[in-house]
Amino acid sequence: MSAMLEVRDLNAWYGESHILHGVEFDVNEGEVVTLLGRNGAGKTTTMKSIMGLVPRREGQIRFKGQETVHLRPDLIARAGIAICPEERGIFASLDVTENLMLPIKVADGGLSLDEIYTLFPNIKERARSQGTKLSGGEQQMLAIARILRTGARLLLLDEPTEGLAPVIVQQIGRTIREIKKRGFTVLLVEQNFRFAATVADRHYVMDHGVVVDMIPNAQLEANMDKLHDYLGV
Amino acid sequence: MLMIFGYPAPLMFGQLLLGLINGAFYALLSLGLAVIFGMLNIVNFAHGALFMLGAFVAWGLLEFLGIGYWPALILAPIIVGAFGLLLEKTLISRLYKLDHLYGLLLTFGLALIIEGIARNEFGSSGMPYRIPDALQGAMNLGFMFLPVYRGWVVVASAVMCLATWLVIEKTSLGATLRAATENAPLVQAFGINVPRMISLTYAGGVALAAFAGVLAAPIYSVNPNMGSNLIIVVFAVVVIGGMGSILGSIVTGFGLGIIEGLTKVFYPQGSATVIFVVMVIVLLARPAGLFGKNA
Ligand SMILES: Nc1ncnc2c1ncn2[C@@H]1O[C@H](COP(=O)(O)OP(=O)(O)OP(=O)(O)O)[C@@H](O)[C@H]1O
Ligand SMILES: [Mg+2]
Repeated sequence: MSAMLEVRDLNAWYGESHILHGVEFDVNEGEVVTLLGRNGAGKTTTMKSIMGLVPRREGQIRFKGQETVHLRPDLIARAGIAICPEERGIFASLDVTENLMLPIKVADGGLSLDEIYTLFPNIKERARSQGTKLSGGEQQMLAIARILRTGARLLLLDEPTEGLAPVIVQQIGRTIREIKKRGFTVLLVEQNFRFAATVADRHYVMDHGVVVDMIPNAQLEANMDKLHDYLGV
Repeated sequence: MLMIFGYPAPLMFGQLLLGLINGAFYALLSLGLAVIFGMLNIVNFAHGALFMLGAFVAWGLLEFLGIGYWPALILAPIIVGAFGLLLEKTLISRLYKLDHLYGLLLTFGLALIIEGIARNEFGSSGMPYRIPDALQGAMNLGFMFLPVYRGWVVVASAVMCLATWLVIEKTSLGATLRAATENAPLVQAFGINVPRMISLTYAGGVALAAFAGVLAAPIYSVNPNMGSNLIIVVFAVVVIGGMGSILGSIVTGFGLGIIEGLTKVFYPQGSATVIFVVMVIVLLARPAGLFGKNA
């Protein structure tokens, strides 16, 4: 059986700058897979390319067997992929509920509002607040919550723990394990591989616009030295 | 006779009403401009010409097809809106990747072409458009006579502005529009067909201008210059209210109409320039406009 998401020879450009140089990796249904790598390695560009948000991209991105590399972002979303962007993308002119309800429902199987409010009680309490008046942690919860509603089965989470307090990071970890249990597939960008190790099945390492290695989570400890090398930490 | 600040009350109320009517047009037109600017980031210089087109379509519907005022009030905005859709799809949409200046130049050129064609076909003297029977006559309000049609224009404009504001601020469609003005690519990544939404937004803004044009037809004569006479002031209103602000355009539109009317009472020589004086003061004190967000 082929993978849910197959990325082959993916190249991407911002204007004249050639950023991705033949990225290749797979994500199987029900897996949590991370992209690790230094700042500027091309992790966000890979996520945005999958979502159709990088203006020029070439190669193959097959989602459930369908070629999506040249589709518009709204059609990619309707195929069942949803993104939680690095900058969170909470809209200032929308209140919390409007932010939550913004993405189109693309299929059945998303979380109901009740389930979301159980998972993220703060979102219910702050329903009428302006989206950007929430704390950083709450905004991140909202950014994750709103794509759980849509019924998309592949979730792209770009550094959801960045800049957040340890308790919030733990809560996000619990959330990711919970959504994995519910059968969602997650592609996760992380700088913090200690956190990544608590949620992921496999890790891909990116450097200079290519995938340079794949490490199953079980072998992460054994590969620590190599990983430190890759990430420069 | 009742006097207010040493001026006869009927004069005062008369000018206030004239001010409100002008304000009604300022509000409708600047509202359309604000909606378009928010979404397309284009200053739609064709707005005055499309307002004029609304009046012409109403006139044409009556003249050639015998379709009267009330149906025209709905049909003309739809027809002109569809024309706007065509303009956006075929011309304006090609410019989104370029500097905003190109959009401004294109729509300015479009305005010249549309007005030029109208002038060529119909001359610049203008054609009368009869006030519909139901709105003929005047009401005695005790302190003044109110021509029914003029009262209707103010009410219709206010209702249309309010409805537009409600749609944008209180519905999920409006939430999507607001979100797309902030971050269109992300909204598209959430499954919304943003290019189509942009086209329809342009058509909607244009339809508002055409609606104002139909309202204006019985007041001004239907003539090719009716848009360009108004639009300069409307741009001042937009600048004062704050580029792209929905509420700002409505409040400022009516407010400046009233200020202009009152200036006619107290200092008639200044009535043609007062709006621009206000604009200068506002720009000095709040460069982003009264309701604009300082970037
Ligand atoms: N909009 C853009 N225009 C031009 N270059 C860009 C743009 N966005 C990113 N880049 C460049 O592309 C390269 C990869 O950036 P990307 O954001 O994908 O890295 P990343 O792995 O996500 O890094 P980080 O860990 O800092 O988030 C970088 O060199 C960056 O400078
Ligand atoms: Mg990044």
